[in-house]
Amino acid sequence: MKSFTYQRVTTPAEAAAAIADKPGAKFLAGGTNLLDLMKLQIETPAHLIDIGRIGLDKIEPTANGGLRIGALVSNTDLAADPKIRKDYGVLSRALLAGASGQLRNKATTAGNLLQRTRCPYFYDTNQPCNKRVPGSGCAAIAGFSKQLAVIGSSDACIATHPSDMAVGMMALDAVVETINPAGKTRQIPISQLYRLPGKTPHLETNLEKNELITSVVLPAPVGGTHIYHKVRDRASYAFALVSVAAILFKDGSGKIAIGGVAPRPWRVPGAEKLIPSGAKAFAAKLMEGARPTQDNKYKLALVERTIELVLKEGKS
Amino acid sequence: MKFDKPAGQNPIDQLKVVGKPTDRIEGPLKTTGTAKYAYEYNEQVTNPAYGYILGAAIARGTITRIDQTAAKAAPGVLAIVTAANAGPLQTGKFYVSRFLAGPQVDHYHQAVAIVVAETFEQARSAAALLKVEYKKQAGDYDLEASKGSAQPPNPGPYTPPGETLIGDFEGAFKAAEVKIDQTYSTPDQAHAMMEPHATIAKWDGDKLTCWCTIQQLNWGIRDLGVILGIPKENVRLISAYIGGGFGGKGTVLSDLVAASLAARAAGRPVKLTLQRPLMFNNTIHRPKTIQRIRIGAKQDGTITAIGHESWSGNLPGGMTESTIASTRLLYAGANRLTRLRLAVLHLVEGSAMRAPGEASGMMALEIAMDEMAEKLQMDPVDFRIKNDTQEDPEKPGRKFSTRKLVECLREGADKFGWERRNAKPGIIREGDWLIGMGVAAAMRGAPITKSAARVRLDSSGKITVETDMTDIGTGSYTIIAQTAAEMMGVGIDQVQVKLGDSSFPESSGSGGQWGAASSTSGVYAACMKLREAVAGKLGFDVEKAQFSDGRITVGDRSAALADAAKNGELVAEDTMTYGELSKEYAQDTFGAHFVEVGVNAFTYEIRVRRMLAVCHAGRILNPKAARSQVIGAMTMGVGAALMEEMVVDKKVGFFVNHDLAGYEVPVHADIPHQEVILLEDIDPTMSPMKAKGIGELGIVGVAAAVANAVYNATGIRVRDYPVTLDKLLRAV
Repeated sequence: MKSFTYQRVTTPAEAAAAIADKPGAKFLAGGTNLLDLMKLQIETPAHLIDIGRIGLDKIEPTANGGLRIGALVSNTDLAADPKIRKDYGVLSRALLAGASGQLRNKATTAGNLLQRTRCPYFYDTNQPCNKRVPGSGCAAIAGFSKQLAVIGSSDACIATHPSDMAVGMMALDAVVETINPAGKTRQIPISQLYRLPGKTPHLETNLEKNELITSVVLPAPVGGTHIYHKVRDRASYAFALVSVAAILFKDGSGKIAIGGVAPRPWRVPGAEKLIPSGAKAFAAKLMEGARPTQDNKYKLALVERTIELVLKEGKS
Repeated sequence: MKFDKPAGQNPIDQLKVVGKPTDRIEGPLKTTGTAKYAYEYNEQVTNPAYGYILGAAIARGTITRIDQTAAKAAPGVLAIVTAANAGPLQTGKFYVSRFLAGPQVDHYHQAVAIVVAETFEQARSAAALLKVEYKKQAGDYDLEASKGSAQPPNPGPYTPPGETLIGDFEGAFKAAEVKIDQTYSTPDQAHAMMEPHATIAKWDGDKLTCWCTIQQLNWGIRDLGVILGIPKENVRLISAYIGGGFGGKGTVLSDLVAASLAARAAGRPVKLTLQRPLMFNNTIHRPKTIQRIRIGAKQDGTITAIGHESWSGNLPGGMTESTIASTRLLYAGANRLTRLRLAVLHLVEGSAMRAPGEASGMMALEIAMDEMAEKLQMDPVDFRIKNDTQEDPEKPGRKFSTRKLVECLREGADKFGWERRNAKPGIIREGDWLIGMGVAAAMRGAPITKSAARVRLDSSGKITVETDMTDIGTGSYTIIAQTAAEMMGVGIDQVQVKLGDSSFPESSGSGGQWGAASSTSGVYAACMKLREAVAGKLGFDVEKAQFSDGRITVGDRSAALADAAKNGELVAEDTMTYGELSKEYAQDTFGAHFVEVGVNAFTYEIRVRRMLAVCHAGRILNPKAARSQVIGAMTMGVGAALMEEMVVDKKVGFFVNHDLAGYEVPVHADIPHQEVILLEDIDPTMSPMKAKGIGELGIVGVAAAVANAVYNATGIRVRDYPVTLDKLLRAV
């Protein structure tokens, strides 16, 4: 860990202003990922702005019947919220499929969205990693890649985004709300939040410099059957090999996002018209252009099989 | 006391305390967080500096330069130890690892430097400022590729012969009516114990005291003395509580060496713990194996030929993974072959992990037995029973001291509901889950070794036991207290047990499943002497005396034990040593594992649904502690079956998944209902305790039972562990 300075702020505006003042500063929320990365010197912020006490910890109704989730609502509270459980079950289930009780108590909504990859090469500073040190190369592509991305990846990076929550939010068409140091706010659909790695895998989101996520808005409930199915060798406390977040409707249509396969939650709305045709057709379209390694090509079959299982569950 | 003929009736046979399910006497300390582990001796060492190891960034090559400028100037830095200023260092007598790289780097994360600073954070931060330049050298990291160059191992105390040949194996195998010839692999595995390797080292002149976390203190003082070039008499090691070992803390590893060097360099006591990644690439592990098994049998299931060849790799001079150990003794068959080969690999050292040899060997052999049973169209339980032997198949006439493998299999089959298993795989389905059952035999040697103890009787009638035995979470404290209580005729609450200090009499230590039987026998010997001392002091004939209820009694005459110590504590010390009974008899422990799994018909996720172990392992000193050992071992076996693998990056030459996020071990959700049945056994050839070990037996065979259950559920045979869903999907 490199020495850093620390500051606690009390309002979102103060947070946004503080970060503009300090080059190399980062926001600290739950810290479940950032602090680990700092200990390993993968993240080396010169200054931490602790936003743990700026509010943004409520879940409130929106004017058009949806919900606004404060950026600092803990994963535990979000998963347990009665409105979330009733109308957005896929999100609650996704959250509970992730991490452990202790981590979910600390982890926040915005922090979960912005967590870094779990690629083992990213975590070992002796190894080349374009995400950690741009231009250094990627040890994972020709290395151990069983867990890693099969689609959306590039020759520079095959890391996956590890979140379960974000996969649920992708299926729900959530919208991320932000504030910048100038006080300007904006809305970013979650489908636009993440960048694909291309040649610049160190740039992971479309957030601007020093932009702070303040909340995530869920649209009005759409009904349907909500399923989150996470596949892993270990029954709990493991990252997804493949996960499927699905909202399925009686008419056979649905919204489906996939985790564990790409640098971001993977959803192809254009493919969803094929859901009524079954898992095979839908998965083929969804995973079109996949470029797996020898180690992880099993994920293509697994995606199709898990979707098949989820569609079956949706019918029963 | 020398034990050289089978034990007769003795005070332990009263079984007033021994043999009773007894809570751990140190349990409250553990559950309240007041049991002190190595890193926590804050009252004893009030002014420690902190050490931090920088591991090598390459797998093999030489260090050409270390620029220490920035690190030396960093806040709080007291000293930096490298090969250049550490002084001469030898290797210990058990591990072959060199604990400090330079100029040669032998493996990834080998210690390159130890940074000592006022705080842990300062030491860690300064370590990152060291600029190390390397010249890389090509290395061998792939056992498959290096298999051809593998050589017979050098014989050693823990290495069986490189080759055993009985009868005409090749001829009999060729002529066999039914046969299989299959190759299996087991991956590199980590002990992944909860407590990391940690040491506080403190020098007083040329005397060194280390609070540390190792299983064999006698090996520890020997090895640390050799490594540092100081007499072992000058070394004192204290390991009162150990947060899991599984063989991964056998003797001195880099934390002890680094802390000792750092304390010397800084002129202050030093605390040092290995960061988790170093536990994977810097210490020891269970090495990968490739195993070829050939079995030939008559149509009626009688094995006529059994051959087991095995390859593993290690640093030059390292140990061979003795996978063939069980195969030499488990099943009958006139024509037999075992063969061990060892390749040089430039990965970190492979060494002992819970049931070394047997655990990985039986992972392969017991799948092979399942495959053979299927080919013979025999029930796998019946096939094993048919080939049971009551004498050493390599040395006809040499009997097993006790062996109830058949009873383990029968009892287990009965209790588990084995008759509900469908011999045809892939048939039973519940909803989306394919259901299968699997069985495997278990066998593990029952070594016993010399062990000493000192017992004291004070004027209040309390007994204190002192021995350098360790408790790695196994229950040593409790069984030693039970033994002393039984011997002296007092309640367990009248016994205090002091362990884990090398200044106490030398015990067996904890390893190789020998700890329980050996250390309690040492206590037995010391207690026999104390009984003599008590009787002598109070004028009783010890041969006729009864020790019970805190009193010594002969006929109508009786006195309190405390009276013997009225004028001063009585102290007795003895060592139990052994004659030739282990040559005369094959002394082993046996078991059978039954497992039911569900395999998701869509995703091929595997979930264990039920487990049963039936064990036959000598007198059970404490059924509660023994059961804990077995269920822990069964859990570890599930890990070996379904998830545990240190993945080698064959280009870079290291274990990639070097933390507990990447190296998965079972969590609660993976472990279903587990049942353990301990069959009655009293083995008088072992020691007066008539006990054997059980902590390693429990893991042997578990993984194969799981793999066999997966096959029964799916019809897919995975021969390369771990059995993961991607391997099943590949075969669908």
